[in-house]
Amino acid sequence: MAGLLHQILSGLATGGIYASVALALVMIYQATHHVNFAQGEMATFSTYLALMFINLGLPYWAAFVVTVVLSFALGVVIERVLMRPMANAPVLASVGVFIGLLLIFNASTGAIWDYTTKAFPTPFGDRPLLGGYISGHELGSTAVTLVVLLLVYVFFRYTRLGLAMRAAAYNPVSSRLVGVRVGWMLALGWGLAAAIGAVAGMMVAPIVFLDPNMMGGILLYAFAGALLGGITSPLGAVIGGFSVGVIENLAGAYIVGTELKLSLALVIIVAVLVIRPSGLMGRTIVARV
Amino acid sequence: MSGNTLAMARAARGAGQPAGLLPTAVVLAVLAALTFFLSGYQLFQLTTAIAYGIAILGLVILTGYTGQISLGHGAFYAIGAYVTAILMSVYDVPYWATLPVSAVVCAIFGLLLGFPALRLGGLYLALTTFGLAVALPQLLKHPLLQDWTGGVQGIVITKPDPPAWLKLTPDQWLYLFSLAVAAVLFVLARNLLRGRIGRAFIAVRDHPLAAEAMGIDIAMVKTGAFAVSALYTGIAGSLGAIAVQFVAPDSFGVFLSIALFVGLVVGGVGTIGGALFGALFIVFVPNVAADISKAAPDAVYGAILIAVMFVMPAGVAGTLGRLLARRS
Repeated sequence: MAGLLHQILSGLATGGIYASVALALVMIYQATHHVNFAQGEMATFSTYLALMFINLGLPYWAAFVVTVVLSFALGVVIERVLMRPMANAPVLASVGVFIGLLLIFNASTGAIWDYTTKAFPTPFGDRPLLGGYISGHELGSTAVTLVVLLLVYVFFRYTRLGLAMRAAAYNPVSSRLVGVRVGWMLALGWGLAAAIGAVAGMMVAPIVFLDPNMMGGILLYAFAGALLGGITSPLGAVIGGFSVGVIENLAGAYIVGTELKLSLALVIIVAVLVIRPSGLMGRTIVARV
Repeated sequence: MSGNTLAMARAARGAGQPAGLLPTAVVLAVLAALTFFLSGYQLFQLTTAIAYGIAILGLVILTGYTGQISLGHGAFYAIGAYVTAILMSVYDVPYWATLPVSAVVCAIFGLLLGFPALRLGGLYLALTTFGLAVALPQLLKHPLLQDWTGGVQGIVITKPDPPAWLKLTPDQWLYLFSLAVAAVLFVLARNLLRGRIGRAFIAVRDHPLAAEAMGIDIAMVKTGAFAVSALYTGIAGSLGAIAVQFVAPDSFGVFLSIALFVGLVVGGVGTIGGALFGALFIVFVPNVAADISKAAPDAVYGAILIAVMFVMPAGVAGTLGRLLARRS
């Protein structure tokens, strides 16, 4: 029983990271109807940036803030420079650009900071808490994830800018008519997604250790989480991410073993798509023909 | 997708013109003649390019003609490769006899994947197949399959000897063999796609409702396209395995699927000839990239890819087709 509780709690901790990445995916999906395949690689790149700042002597939280700001800027620049000209290109061409981005980020991370696995510091300490069920870092990263999610929620629900972004995603033409700068809203969406990805990267790195392919598997779990929750719903993505973390941990411990953990994500994706394609919280999209 | 419908329709019509026969024969003759001018390594590279070309042709059938995006075709390529490797190393089957077997095996797997794919539109299918590509190495390494797949070590196979009456090196022979297989497969694909079935594919892609009203069985057509596509990619995997003489789980990771997809997009989605350009791109551009930057060749490769997408969003074949159409 204690083992089960432990598995569930640490599942929630990793689930929080999937939830952040899933949220980043859903935000870009909602704004552009694209899935950014380079999301994970961008997050890894940001995490390396953070490590560089820490090694330069910055305190953890200062490095954290600088990294998030830089990642935001990077996301905005990518949207303005690379995605904007592709706005009217065929879908497959923009997927081609995403894949190009993935390759560029993956390779340059490796080239700049080499391919060896590195340890990443945690600001929360590694003391076991709650009677040994959860480590300080797991608790801390879950808290950070929840804070991020809350901030995103408040931003979209209660600020004018958030409203404008939602409007731009929902109906670009009408939004433009009432004065929303739709192009900039897209860029902002990219920036936010990159920033959230950076936070997720910094939270997961102490657990899985830092290497250029760190986010490969995580991206797949995040996809699974986003789909499970419903790719049209940010809240759903968060719940889906947490659930996938728990499912992954429990199944890994009791059913399939660690070798097949990645395949499990695939099973979740297929199962969701076959049984309930709109996910737990998503809207069913009805197309008029 | 519907933006390049016109171009596709034009391409489909172009595929039907007998005028394409002469240029095709010339290209084939030139490619065959290369056997005697290139070094063993260059022939090996071209042989891999041919294998990739066939795999990309499979993607053209699936993505270009029926509009189902797959980011996981590396899985079929791997299955084809493993079927060949297992048959050759364990059962001593001659290399050429393994091709039909892996074609059938992959077609069956394609059919199986085609059924869930029916429920998934565009992006969701892309994600699911992407998941397949990511998970595949793990599955291949799994202890249950280890007796067949050789686990992490993989399987080493011997390079086939040319028939005794031919004075050719094994490299030359394998190149010619692959070229012949590819030529047959390309002609078959062309005939398939320009006929009734090809038109059904296009109709299902562009307007499923109208297609259904015309009496086309959409489920049948879509799963059928998946099976044919998997068959092509499986044969490609077999040829690739024979050329490389080695299969191992980690050579079939997500980057293989990504490479095939890149080949599809660069070559031009809806054109049979585009598969060739795409294959040449994914075999030779990484080398060019490595010459430019030793430290991060993939970054250069990615940058070249993005540049190609900017200049030719419809791919090499699409852009060539447009230029030719403008001239005439």
